[in-house]
Amino acid sequence: MSETTLVAGQLFNGISVASILLLAALGLALSFGLMRVINMAHGEMLMMGGYLTYLSIAVFGKGAGFAVGLVVAFVGTALFGALLEITLIRRLYGRPLDTLLATWGVSLILQQAARSIFGPIGVEVTAPPWLSGTLSLGGTVMTGFSIPGVRAFIIVLAAVVLGAVALIIARTRLGLLIRAVHENRPIADALGANTRLVDLAVFALGTGVAGLAGSALSLIAPVTPTVGQSYIVYAFLVVIVGGLGSLTGTLVAALLIGVFSATAQIATSQSFSDVLLLLCVIIFMQFRPRGIVSQGSRALEET
Amino acid sequence: MASRRSVRRAIVGIVAVALCATVLYPSSSMAAGTVDVGVLQSLTGTMAISEVTVKNATLLAIDQINAKGGVLGKQIVPIVEDGASDPSMFAQKAQKLIEQDKVATVFGGWTSASRKAMLPVFERFHGLLWYPVQFEGNECSPDIMYSGAQPNQQILPALQWAEQKGYKSIFLLGSDYVFPRTANLILKKHIVHDGGTVAGEEYVPLGGSDFSAVINKIKVAKPQIIFNTLNGDSNVSFFKQMAAAGLPSAKLPVMSFSIAEQEAKAIGPSLLEGSYAAWNYFQSLPDPVNKKFVAAYQAKYPGSPVDDPMAHGYLDVYAWAAAVTKAGSFDPEKVRKAATSLAYSDVGLGETKFAGNQSLVQTGYVGELQPSGQFKILWQSKGPILPVPYDPLSFPGKTCVL
Amino acid sequence: MIRRELGLVLVLVAAACAPLYLPAYELSLLGRFLALAVLAMGISLIWGTGGILSLGQGVFFGLGGYAVAMHLKLASADPGAVPDFMQWSGLNTLPWWWTPFGNPAFAIAAAVIIPGTAAAALAYLVFRRRVTGSYFAIITQALALAATTFIISQQQYTGGFNGLTGFTSAFGFALGDQRTQFGLYWVTVGIVAVTFVAVRALQGSLFGKVLLAVRDGENRVRFLGYDPLPFKVIAFAIAGVLAGVAGALVTLDLGVISPAMFGVVPSIEMVIWVAVGGRNSLLGAIVGTLIVNFGKDWISSVFPDLWLHVVGAVFVLVVTVAPRGIVGLMQSVRTRSLRLRPVTPPALVE
Repeated sequence: MSETTLVAGQLFNGISVASILLLAALGLALSFGLMRVINMAHGEMLMMGGYLTYLSIAVFGKGAGFAVGLVVAFVGTALFGALLEITLIRRLYGRPLDTLLATWGVSLILQQAARSIFGPIGVEVTAPPWLSGTLSLGGTVMTGFSIPGVRAFIIVLAAVVLGAVALIIARTRLGLLIRAVHENRPIADALGANTRLVDLAVFALGTGVAGLAGSALSLIAPVTPTVGQSYIVYAFLVVIVGGLGSLTGTLVAALLIGVFSATAQIATSQSFSDVLLLLCVIIFMQFRPRGIVSQGSRALEET
Repeated sequence: MASRRSVRRAIVGIVAVALCATVLYPSSSMAAGTVDVGVLQSLTGTMAISEVTVKNATLLAIDQINAKGGVLGKQIVPIVEDGASDPSMFAQKAQKLIEQDKVATVFGGWTSASRKAMLPVFERFHGLLWYPVQFEGNECSPDIMYSGAQPNQQILPALQWAEQKGYKSIFLLGSDYVFPRTANLILKKHIVHDGGTVAGEEYVPLGGSDFSAVINKIKVAKPQIIFNTLNGDSNVSFFKQMAAAGLPSAKLPVMSFSIAEQEAKAIGPSLLEGSYAAWNYFQSLPDPVNKKFVAAYQAKYPGSPVDDPMAHGYLDVYAWAAAVTKAGSFDPEKVRKAATSLAYSDVGLGETKFAGNQSLVQTGYVGELQPSGQFKILWQSKGPILPVPYDPLSFPGKTCVL
Repeated sequence: MIRRELGLVLVLVAAACAPLYLPAYELSLLGRFLALAVLAMGISLIWGTGGILSLGQGVFFGLGGYAVAMHLKLASADPGAVPDFMQWSGLNTLPWWWTPFGNPAFAIAAAVIIPGTAAAALAYLVFRRRVTGSYFAIITQALALAATTFIISQQQYTGGFNGLTGFTSAFGFALGDQRTQFGLYWVTVGIVAVTFVAVRALQGSLFGKVLLAVRDGENRVRFLGYDPLPFKVIAFAIAGVLAGVAGALVTLDLGVISPAMFGVVPSIEMVIWVAVGGRNSLLGAIVGTLIVNFGKDWISSVFPDLWLHVVGAVFVLVVTVAPRGIVGLMQSVRTRSLRLRPVTPPALVE
């Protein structure tokens, strides 16, 4: 009994971890895919989402506060992302490595700012009553296996967000512009697309999704000034394994990494599964250096 | 051409840096009526949450002693340095305090890593460090006074309590670093020796936030109690995810070794309610001297809880002052000799003293966390426990020779 | 030309005489930071000249540090006994791969060869598939995370989070001795000087020119008939060796090496030393390392809350306003040129 429960539990956990990684990495994949911008402050967008959720709960109470928090976190971080894009990212266009360093500087400032405003110890966010149950599968072969409501919620949220972003890209005018710029920036520019505005919109959307992710993560993780740091490296791995700006790639990569680390942990410790994960990523890049889904392009150099 | 200029500029730059370095460092003057002491804790970085409060308690004790006329007629001047949660920074700053500031003694350190990094510095310059936090033992140096608990004063009393309560099957969970691994090594020997079973043993990387696999393993192992040596924020994730998985502390008890009043406040008492902790001091200790200490601290930092490492940081200053007075000198060699021959009762831990191995003799307590964030004391060891740096069952034949 | 070399000699003499005029604590800081400057020159070579941004130089620094520390640990243990941390981790026999480190010559060689080989292997595997730029930066950052996680988790073999410390003597010299400290300082100054001259010569050679060309247009270099791979691999291996040497020196000087010294955050700090000094200039790497580290030592004592703000702002400002760092700024002031932006290579529009 226990063996099956362990394996089944870990499979579920793999999907759960994948949904967290997907939420954390989706915004990054958007801006990286379109603008080749590595936003090292992405983790701090998660952090900001967590704190915005905390504030919403403080204002609207435990039940409704969290739902409001999701919206506030999305809008708040999206606005901050827009500000960041206008003041900093835009000035560094075409210098991806410098953007990486500058946004790392931004992340340090944001961490210290959170520390000054909310104190070095974290703030308390607990799951609202409507999420604190568990779904039990008693009476079947899976006796003893139950699904926490919070984790089910995060999986659903990740799916909804992914679907919404996919819809925006596939069905809206903005999406059309995004695809055009992604395909060929100079030509899109020449044909009259306002590429700067598209960049701004994508970056803001990406940071907004990160804020939403931070809001959801506050249900299962602490809300502290440094919380973003614990997700950022994994989010990056998802993006590079997934391939440049491909939503399908990001989804598949998140699932691969989530299920890999969960199943590895059946046999080994978490530390060791992390190390194995990186080794596998380096080996993987020997075969698919541009990620799972790579854009068919005849361009000689990616900028 | 450009590079010749750059060379010349660089010379100017290097000289300027060197000059700045010498000018900007205020060399402390040993004024007639004062004595400098070092206070070295992390004011920044991941450990700042805990260490800043110990620094505050240390400074409070210094203020109080100064108000009563200081020590040997001299006012104590604290020189506060930031270890930045980085062991190499602790070594660097310890060297600065001893070599440049020429302090009489240093109070500080929290993580084992910081203590281990400072140890060679203190041994090299024959300084004296007062270390306030419970640790994994396996160390004794003449240049360190260990006021935090040895494993036999915190971990083993907790095991004794659990066995008395009838918990036989124990799951060991910790962050992946030295204290949890050593503590669990000792625990495993004792659990097996006492006829219990180790239901499982898991480690999570420091700062780790995903406990889904660990909780799954706990569910399969079905232990009666979890002994938790997780550090810092990992506790928040662990307790949140346990609650989400339908296993709150009320259902599966957790005994924590790194959650005191400060951490309880940070994690949120509602998540921890009903979980246990083992320490040698709780803010709720009904000792009149303790009440005075808590009141004095909260007068300065309103609303802040007081916990075990803070009480030890506070005790260290008083113990040092008493030892200096008895020795009639600030010489570390004389001070440490005097320190082990004195008893202290003015610091809220009851009557305590330093044993010959320079560790503190103290009582073990088990408390249960209340919604208020305070611990209700459930159990205490039969009298003060002598410190044993090397657990005889796990490390036979090793003793502390100073 | 003669005047240029004269300036360098003067700096060298001033540095070598530092024990005469610097207080003991500043001297030990200067020695430590000069050791770090060796690593910084490596970053300058791969990043400034080669255009390769590595966020994982700490890994090679750590490898060098551990190689020396393993020897010091064995030399400090009682004869026949295993190091103390193995005892309290429940290990009673020395692992086979620890044994050769008892030999000082082996340990010193290992501090150079292991980081160099590891860097070459990584660079070969990654660059072979033409993975560059941001991808490479992220992989090296993940490497820093994985390396520290791994070392921490293997406590019985590596000392875990505490790292290796508690050394009494190094290669027959008592570590606490003043003369040993002076000797180590002079060795460090010597290594810095040799590294500077050697790397500068390398940058001036054909190798350096091709490397620079790879930075500005890798495919154009291919069209000219050069394979960029060996150039990048060799440059990265040299930077790895320099990082390993720095790690060994700092370990000797500080008496401790631990994962906290070379994880993700310290590795990225190493890049900022070079960015502040000026990535295209070897001298900039040294100056930047000294300024940032002395600044950190000072600011973090006086205004601990301010430190992160300062570092963060420096990152943003250096990149946006002065991408050529301090040395670049000085050149601009000297030539009265107000153009602070770097001359970016023409974008390739295919």
